[in-house]
Amino acid sequence: MTRYYFWLATRSLRRNPVLTALMVAAIALGIGAAMTALTVLRGMSSNPMAHREDRVYRPQVDNWSANQPYDEQGNPPNLMTYQDSMALHNARKARRQAAMFPNFLAVEPANPEVKPFLATVLFTHGDFFPMFDVPFLFGGGWDRQSDDNNARVVVISRAMNDRLFGGADSVGRRLRMQGEDYIVSGVLDAWQPQPRFYEISSGAFADVEDVFVPFGIGIEKELTSSANNNCFSDPGAGYQAWLASDCIWMAFWVELEGAADAARYKDFLDAYVQEQKARGRFPRPLNNRVNTVAEWLAQQRVVGRDAQTQTWLAFAFLIVCLINTVGLLLAKFMARAPEIGLRRAVGASRKQVFAQFLTESGVIGIAGAALGLLLTWLGLIGLRALYGDTATGRMAELDAGMTAIVVLAAIGASLLAGLFPTWRACQVTPALQLKSN
Amino acid sequence: MAMRPIFSALMRNKAGLALIVVQVAITLAVICNSLFIVLERSTRVGRPSGMDETGTFTIDSLGFAADYDVRDTIHADLARLRALPGVIDATSTNTTPLTNGGWSTGVTTEPGRGVDSSGVQPAAMYFMDEHGLDAFGVRLVEGRAFQAGDVREFNQNTRIQSSVAILTQALADVLFPDGGAVGRQIYGIANDNQPVTVIGIVERLQVPWVGWTDVEQSVLVPAIQIDGNFSRYLVRAEPGQRDALMPQVEKALQDGHSGRLVRRMRSIEEARTRVYRQDHAMMSILGGTMVAMLVITGLGIVGLTSFWVTRRMKQIGTRRALGALRGDIRSYFQTENALMIGFGILLGALLTYGFNAWLMQNFNTARLPWPYLPMGALAMAVLGQLAVLGPASRAASVTPALATRTA
Repeated sequence: MTRYYFWLATRSLRRNPVLTALMVAAIALGIGAAMTALTVLRGMSSNPMAHREDRVYRPQVDNWSANQPYDEQGNPPNLMTYQDSMALHNARKARRQAAMFPNFLAVEPANPEVKPFLATVLFTHGDFFPMFDVPFLFGGGWDRQSDDNNARVVVISRAMNDRLFGGADSVGRRLRMQGEDYIVSGVLDAWQPQPRFYEISSGAFADVEDVFVPFGIGIEKELTSSANNNCFSDPGAGYQAWLASDCIWMAFWVELEGAADAARYKDFLDAYVQEQKARGRFPRPLNNRVNTVAEWLAQQRVVGRDAQTQTWLAFAFLIVCLINTVGLLLAKFMARAPEIGLRRAVGASRKQVFAQFLTESGVIGIAGAALGLLLTWLGLIGLRALYGDTATGRMAELDAGMTAIVVLAAIGASLLAGLFPTWRACQVTPALQLKSN
Repeated sequence: MAMRPIFSALMRNKAGLALIVVQVAITLAVICNSLFIVLERSTRVGRPSGMDETGTFTIDSLGFAADYDVRDTIHADLARLRALPGVIDATSTNTTPLTNGGWSTGVTTEPGRGVDSSGVQPAAMYFMDEHGLDAFGVRLVEGRAFQAGDVREFNQNTRIQSSVAILTQALADVLFPDGGAVGRQIYGIANDNQPVTVIGIVERLQVPWVGWTDVEQSVLVPAIQIDGNFSRYLVRAEPGQRDALMPQVEKALQDGHSGRLVRRMRSIEEARTRVYRQDHAMMSILGGTMVAMLVITGLGIVGLTSFWVTRRMKQIGTRRALGALRGDIRSYFQTENALMIGFGILLGALLTYGFNAWLMQNFNTARLPWPYLPMGALAMAVLGQLAVLGPASRAASVTPALATRTA
């Protein structure tokens, strides 16, 4: 019976190729637009630390000016001062803790064939690697002693290892940067969390740094952040004044044992800030937070305004396309009321009419889904061309999960569009149709 | 034309009516909001930076060798750059417009007020030497340009030492609303208490951050930063010479000192393309969506109306037989269409402002100015009439004889 309905459907669709093409095109265009936008939105909204959601937290303390809040939403500053991140780090009230800031160092390769180049560097503590569950290809991070002694050790990215050491196990080898030798302690495996949740101020969808260096070395070199240094008052002259200032430039992360532990850490933060208030800092009302990664990404509005707007508009477009298809199918099915009447009169049940016409809309749906998938793919190519190497351009990639969503959405949408016209077709009363003719 | 029969006929076809009304409503909401965003972005990307964009480019240098002396290198580099044929001028600088990276401060006309106090004007700082105005290609409208004696070197320990500055017209206007900025003193450049004398005003120089509200509030400071072995140069080429000059400049700097990295050579035109890339993309996408939506909605109306005409062939024939003229039939369908589009516009007005409210609440966008809705409604009405033209003509051409035949 299904084969017969299928045969009927293709016959009917072929009888009116323009209308059929219009319906398939409408579904495909709507699906293509909506799924292209959804792919980007889904990419931007992903949480690379989802598997450690109740472990990894971003503390925030509000050291901002008495005269103005940090932002209009009343959030605490997005970064931390040197003195606060050091105090929190050294208190070691969390299982793991790491402060970090980005900058650059010039790499002088031992191989004379490779020209010196500038590497992006994250100055951070050794806890960074286990806390974020960073995968290593060779070796590992560094221990607390290396942090304390500013040991000249580095962790390098896989790409960096390929470039400098031809992909070999370089653990223990030397890497010369700006006139100093460092010992390679580990090589990262492919690790590219998107969004790069831990350091958003230099670009939420930027690449992971090339080189990781113990935090204290950056301070010893009197560096500031290459991304964002923000002051509400004059820090004064010199690097020591800079370190003692209320200027914010550090990202600070902790690993805790779950929600209860996070509440405990929040109490610790509050106590710390109260103590600082007694010393005349932190003029604003108590406004400390211990964010999960998801909360942090939401607060920082990592998902772009344009991506959200586009998704809304694309889904509005999809609805218009579906309504169109409903209208056209309705017209087509109702024009065949006499045929339905005849079928019903010679014994077809409502159920059978329903099956027959749903098969017809299903065929349109499958064609629309296939074409819609193709259009999504083309749409993403278009987005990459338009956006290039920006966040949207990087997120415009189809993965297996998204492909499945596209196919399901397309078929679901077209069945949805087919349901109402099919139901109306079933309502045809045979007697009336036969009579009028 | 009597509305009543049309209206009651419409009410007997609620499904068809609803399909068209919802379609028109959504389309109206999308085109109004999209057009608003597109025009807003087009204004944003069209703002002039105030500098010569076609002839200029920047290039960075970072020394790493132990014997690298950044001060000597900067002076040698600038001499080398200015001597190159095809170079109008060159300066060391910290940043340029259209890069989204730079140094901002709060400027006031009174001493001792922090950057966070009220009445302090946010401003971007551009460091340059006495060749700076020429290299940027900004237009001095009042006062004098920098002279060699104005330029001070500084680093993190000495802080900014300059005692004179040039303001953009926009910054001068907010700091000195009554005019006469030249010769007056401002605070917040060196620090909150040290006065800096305004010696000139340039017509315009945008801040580096294109998203700033006060996008033309900049202050030009005669200073060279000597810190961290880093230097950046802005080079202005003679018309048409830029692309030929860029590789020469790169080579000249690299040859000048081998213990450094010469990198990030970028024309200001490229910086503009890069910084507004998302806006251009958004404009293309929204423009495409608007066109696609109008086409789809138009075709949908054509399709449904054709179907209704077909269904009513006999009825039309009967009316013609009873004396209705072709024009009556045509105007029946046109009026019916106008009525449906009208309902759609009513619902669409709600959706339009609903979507606008969502944008306002989430992204601080402006309220949709009122002319958009009537313009959009007019566009929908025209679209509807265009779409009904074919089916209505077909209906009008039905012969009265059809009424007597069986279908």
